[in-house]
Amino acid sequence: MGVRESMKDDLLCSGHVACPGCIEALSLRRVLSLLGPDTVAVIPPSCLAIIAGAQPLSGLKIPVYQPALETSAASASGLRRALDARGKKDTQVVVFAGDGGTYDIGFQSLSSAAERNENLLYFCFDNEGYMNTGAQKSSSTPHYARTGSTPAGKASRKKNLTEIMAAHEIPYAATACAGFLPDLMRKVEKARGMRGLRLITLLVPCLDGWGVPEDQGVALARLAVETGVFPLYEVEDGRGYTLGGPPKSRPVREYLEKQGRYSAIDEATVEALQAEVDDAWARLVERTSKAAPASASS
Amino acid sequence: MSAAPGRTLLTGNHAAAWGARLARPKVVPVYPITPQTPVLELLTEFQAAGEMDAEFLTPESEHSVMAACIPASLAGARVFTATASQGLMLMHELLHYASGARAPIVMANVNRTVASPWAFWPDQTDSLAQRDTGWVQFYVESAQEALDTVLQAYRVAEQASLPAMINLDAFYVSHALEPVRIPAQEIVDAYLPAYAPEHLLDPERGESWGNVVSQEMYARHRRGLGEAMERVPALAAAADREWRERTGRGWGVIERYRCEGAQALVVTMGSMCGTAREAVDELRESGVAAGLVKVRLFRPLPAAELRAALAGARDVLVLDRNYSPGAGGVLHQELKSLLYGMAGAPRVHGSLAGVGGLNVPPAKIAELVRRAAAESEPKREAAWA
Repeated sequence: MGVRESMKDDLLCSGHVACPGCIEALSLRRVLSLLGPDTVAVIPPSCLAIIAGAQPLSGLKIPVYQPALETSAASASGLRRALDARGKKDTQVVVFAGDGGTYDIGFQSLSSAAERNENLLYFCFDNEGYMNTGAQKSSSTPHYARTGSTPAGKASRKKNLTEIMAAHEIPYAATACAGFLPDLMRKVEKARGMRGLRLITLLVPCLDGWGVPEDQGVALARLAVETGVFPLYEVEDGRGYTLGGPPKSRPVREYLEKQGRYSAIDEATVEALQAEVDDAWARLVERTSKAAPASASS
Repeated sequence: MSAAPGRTLLTGNHAAAWGARLARPKVVPVYPITPQTPVLELLTEFQAAGEMDAEFLTPESEHSVMAACIPASLAGARVFTATASQGLMLMHELLHYASGARAPIVMANVNRTVASPWAFWPDQTDSLAQRDTGWVQFYVESAQEALDTVLQAYRVAEQASLPAMINLDAFYVSHALEPVRIPAQEIVDAYLPAYAPEHLLDPERGESWGNVVSQEMYARHRRGLGEAMERVPALAAAADREWRERTGRGWGVIERYRCEGAQALVVTMGSMCGTAREAVDELRESGVAAGLVKVRLFRPLPAAELRAALAGARDVLVLDRNYSPGAGGVLHQELKSLLYGMAGAPRVHGSLAGVGGLNVPPAKIAELVRRAAAESEPKREAAWA
């Protein structure tokens, strides 16, 4: 499917208040257009809640429910069940949450919704920190990255959300980013046609929080993939791994040196990060080769 | 267990579950906690037997239960849940969220001590600590009243667009087996029409909820909440009156027991009322002009009814099975505030009776009434009974 043809329904209004150059708006616009108007969104406090706008305006041309930060998956579950009870089983209930609302405070309710396999399409817009409050560390913040609450660099590694959610054996857990738009759109299309709890984590470089120029959002998202820092992959039913996107082909250094949040790290740290990325990549490749996708199994 | 409409024996918990079943909720998120669990179990049995057509969710916490209740209600479903004690505490943030969203959720809460330390006794501190969350609060003293009040609460909640809580004391009400008349479904259906809210979360409507608002919009919204609360005493009285017309049973927003010419009035809520009635009988027999005023609707307090009920008495003794450290008994505080400035207001005495589930026999209440009447002036703070 071509990128142009996909914009049948443009459900993100112009005049929204995303930061200039942020690819969250680009990602959201594509996602919304693929979901179509028979959709209700649950948006907890996050950058996306800002984009959704203040009353009486709305940046989105679909109904939005803004719940308490830690309740996205539980709120979406209640909304889903009420629509089901009213016979609206084909209406999509989607969550657009940030990494703080997903990896951290919202994780308990997300795990529970996954255990119940609620029929929800959950998007995590992952900018690796509490960017809406001025860039503090979340459990999605990568190792050594400097944030407002880790001024000397984060001392621990990024939580692996996709693997944890795949271990719940949900129908679909995937990563994507607007740096590879056709891949993102394919995954949204695929997830839209499935039932049960589906999770897509979208990497969104935070220009201000990561210390990146305004015109580099897409380029940096591509670099994250090409260096193997953010592999594009899918896991179906916790077993069928598919590694998509380009192979890991560039050193991590190229990704790090373009971001202010890594400006203070030394050579040894760069090498340590390279080793972490190499290790994670090797484990992912191993899983991919071991487990054929569900559709290919006999 | 399953029973047919008619007269049967039910615990307060099972009666509350029957009330919920008869109200035909469409979404029931629920999490187990002692002593509420029998409510959950009976409801899930009803559903498994095909006797209840509702979506059931069993999330990982009461917090997620209430999180699910709110948008389910906003999406046009009648919603029921039940909890107790720590579960209610965990919901606290979302209790505010629910009333802010004007979601007419109905919830049964079994009043149980709040940790720490752990305890499992009747004590109303859990729900009284939620008095500022914008929920309508009823307190009931029997299984029959629990069943009837769940249904009345839906009427009031949906008319006022406010969530409502029915509180029943742990064990005394929740687990005591009493004769209960289960009304026929047709009676309930005529009393409680299908939920049809004015606003809906639905792609066909395009309405949203929760977006950031300005100071002016926020203040206006809070005033709206207050105006809805002001309508509740009249709505609750009307809901009770109509229920009485249909079933022969009414409970009043307050109940006055042997108040004619009473010089000393006991005021309390929940299961304590049954004991207080015996104490009043005992006092009357010994020549003390005593009476009981039962507060059934606590939030909002039916101010006019209470002032009228208490006017003329010399002494009012408030029995609080709860404790607010630094402030004393919550109902005592509320009544002092309510009576402040009233010409000829009675003397108000507070007694922390039954906190932590301590047994309060009728003789104890009678003694407290005599002692209050003998005081030269009432103490500012409630005293430990």
